[in-house]
Amino acid sequence: MNQPATLTDAYLGLAGSVTRTPDQVKRSRNLGIAYFVLAVVTLVVFARGDGGTSTFGLGGDSTFGVPSIPLAWICAVSFAALGGVQISRGTGRWQSALIAAAALLFVFTLMAWAAAGKQFSLTGTLHDALKASTPLVFGALGGIMCERSGIINIAIEGLLLAGAFTSAVVGSVVNIWVGIGAAMVVSALLALMLAWLTIRFHVDQVIVGFAINFFVLGLTSFIDSRVLTRNPEYNGTGTISQWKVPGLHRLPIVGPILFEQTFYVYVALGLVAFIAWALFKTKWGLQTRAVGEHPTAAGTLGIDVLRRRYINVTLAGAISGFGGSWWTADVGRFNENITNGRGFIALAVVLVGRHHPVGALMAALVFGFADALALKFSFLNTGIPSEFLELAPFLVTLVVVASVGRGARVPAALGQPYEEQ
Amino acid sequence: MTDVAAPVEQPPRGVLQRAVDRIDTTNAIVLPLLAFVSALVIGTFVIALSDIDKLKDGDIGGILTTIKDAYLALPKGAFDGWRPLNETIVATTPLLLAGLAVAITFKAGLFNIGGTGQMLMGGMGAVWIGFTMNGPGIVQVPLGILAGMVCGMLWGIVPGLLKARAGVHEVISTIMMNFMAASLVLYTLKTDAFVREGRSDPISKLVTPEGRLPRLFGFLDRPELRAHIGFLIAIAAAIFFWWLLERTTIGFEIRAQGANSSAARYAGMKPGLLIVTSFVIAGGFAGLAGASEVLGTQGRATQGFAGSIGFDAIAVALLGRSSPTGTALAALLFGALQAGGQKMQVDTGVPVDLVLILRALIILFIAAPLLMKAIWRIKAEGAAAGPSFGGWGS
Repeated sequence: MNQPATLTDAYLGLAGSVTRTPDQVKRSRNLGIAYFVLAVVTLVVFARGDGGTSTFGLGGDSTFGVPSIPLAWICAVSFAALGGVQISRGTGRWQSALIAAAALLFVFTLMAWAAAGKQFSLTGTLHDALKASTPLVFGALGGIMCERSGIINIAIEGLLLAGAFTSAVVGSVVNIWVGIGAAMVVSALLALMLAWLTIRFHVDQVIVGFAINFFVLGLTSFIDSRVLTRNPEYNGTGTISQWKVPGLHRLPIVGPILFEQTFYVYVALGLVAFIAWALFKTKWGLQTRAVGEHPTAAGTLGIDVLRRRYINVTLAGAISGFGGSWWTADVGRFNENITNGRGFIALAVVLVGRHHPVGALMAALVFGFADALALKFSFLNTGIPSEFLELAPFLVTLVVVASVGRGARVPAALGQPYEEQ
Repeated sequence: MTDVAAPVEQPPRGVLQRAVDRIDTTNAIVLPLLAFVSALVIGTFVIALSDIDKLKDGDIGGILTTIKDAYLALPKGAFDGWRPLNETIVATTPLLLAGLAVAITFKAGLFNIGGTGQMLMGGMGAVWIGFTMNGPGIVQVPLGILAGMVCGMLWGIVPGLLKARAGVHEVISTIMMNFMAASLVLYTLKTDAFVREGRSDPISKLVTPEGRLPRLFGFLDRPELRAHIGFLIAIAAAIFFWWLLERTTIGFEIRAQGANSSAARYAGMKPGLLIVTSFVIAGGFAGLAGASEVLGTQGRATQGFAGSIGFDAIAVALLGRSSPTGTALAALLFGALQAGGQKMQVDTGVPVDLVLILRALIILFIAAPLLMKAIWRIKAEGAAAGPSFGGWGS
């Protein structure tokens, strides 16, 4: 077994481990060290104390119990083993899957520790996580649509805020469904302005994006304090309640998580699947990606680059506007700066999800889950300050992005103006 | 006799260069002015259309009066007398410092959205020195400022390292760092070491009188004039910024990195080191902004003492095209608008948020010389493209 492992051997399946480049070795070592650190943290924090059985609720009356201290030991030992393997020979193509599994195990141990001796509604937390990630998904899909066709979309925050505002005001005057439609139209028009200024006038895309953010924040706050506070009849729509999918919501575990949500969740999941399919399986998707990667080549082949960009950016605006109306449907009214930076998290979600709808969904779920968990933990008196839980997803994202890949691969022509030949 | 051919070409090129320079100067004055006027025109419509009570009554005269009063209140609230001047300085100081923090990264071809986080951390370091020490001021004030700067640098180095060592995009990392800083500040303000006695809300102990930044207008004996020497620090920082970029090797390398990172690498510069350096300097500037806020303007730290300054700073740097003078003027303009906007709100009831709208429009119009030319039908040569920094990079 001591034969030198060459690339050919590896290719033919003869070598035990693939030859690794120095960069991969370094990266692998760092990841291994991270595993060891997690193992120590698990032992120091979770394997001490009184312990006890944590009872996880699965919706309805079904529950299952987990002894928290043995679980912490299992978790720590697995991490240590994983770290050893990672440092000595790497985990090759299983790396990402193992990271995901380790993260799941760690979060589960954390929940068991927090809920030791108490009840913890697992399905409830996952339900809230999915709910909290919905607006991020819409914002990120808008970002992906834009950036895949070569236009940077920093304006997600502004588009979401515009959607929230419009749906609240129009929704109060007419009704919420018209409000949602109006939100889509207004955000689409704003996005069209982004496209028009960057394409027709060659304004820097980042600057336009930021200007739109400032403009929407200023305009909505201005109207809110000048008009809405004195005329509450323009700001109050009532919320949109959950819709239990007939039959499916009776499914064990999955039912209460997935099928007792507002229609926003169903639309979000459907849209993720649809855009993922459209981007990679249709002519439109191929053209969009070509326009984002190499517009000159696309133009030579007869694709109308600018038209494709105008349409995609406008559609992205409509999606973001729909996402913005989520706040109105959830809260029932508009408050100043109600999106509160979620658009910027969506921007990070786009990059972490590598401009892929499914990747973005995953990243958004991580943030949503952390939100939901922080809320749950504040009721459990865990001793962990809730601020640290709010901080955790950002820290985890940073560590994962830093250790897994060299940042995000972005469409090649992103940010560059295109001149028609 | 070694350099024969070179000087022959010089004179015509110099003339041409001077001509181009002159055109650029015209643009540097005319275009921002037109942008400002255009923003005010659109602002007029916003004020008019949002006045629904008067619109319902058809009271056009009343609306026009409101618009006139609002726009007159802006310069009045910013420059007319000691107090308005004082408010303008108070608003300008952090905008300038944080604006420099963004500008230095723009120069290096990077995008620092993390001004807020760096300010928060700097402010926390400064306020800790501010309330734990008790004089003498000559020691405590510089120490507090230094603490702010160092904390800002420490927070700022992280995205730099992540970018240089692991290729994490700085937009992701600085956004994450902002949220993390906000959580950390909230937590720290609740700990016994920081929280004010007898308070349950997150608010820090008061900075001791010795630790406060000396007031600029102390000689006037008017306590409401709260402008402080943070303003002088900000101006010194802008001069330092100019010196660093124009007169030092590292500044040249930063500019080279921003202009063409491949060329910089082939010339033997170390991109990683330059990235980290730019972010450390940026963190230092932003940390100073935080220190000046807590030690000068507010005298304590709260959860939101950085407000939206970190984001406004991006607007400042964009408008100032990342040059020291430009950034200083942009900060002054936005500071004056802020101060005037307060007076406008008090006098006429037009919300100060109008300033945000004007700000966004000014940036937009400045960045779009072609649009300005189309609207105003001017023929400014050499104004084809606005500022640009190439987007995400990769």
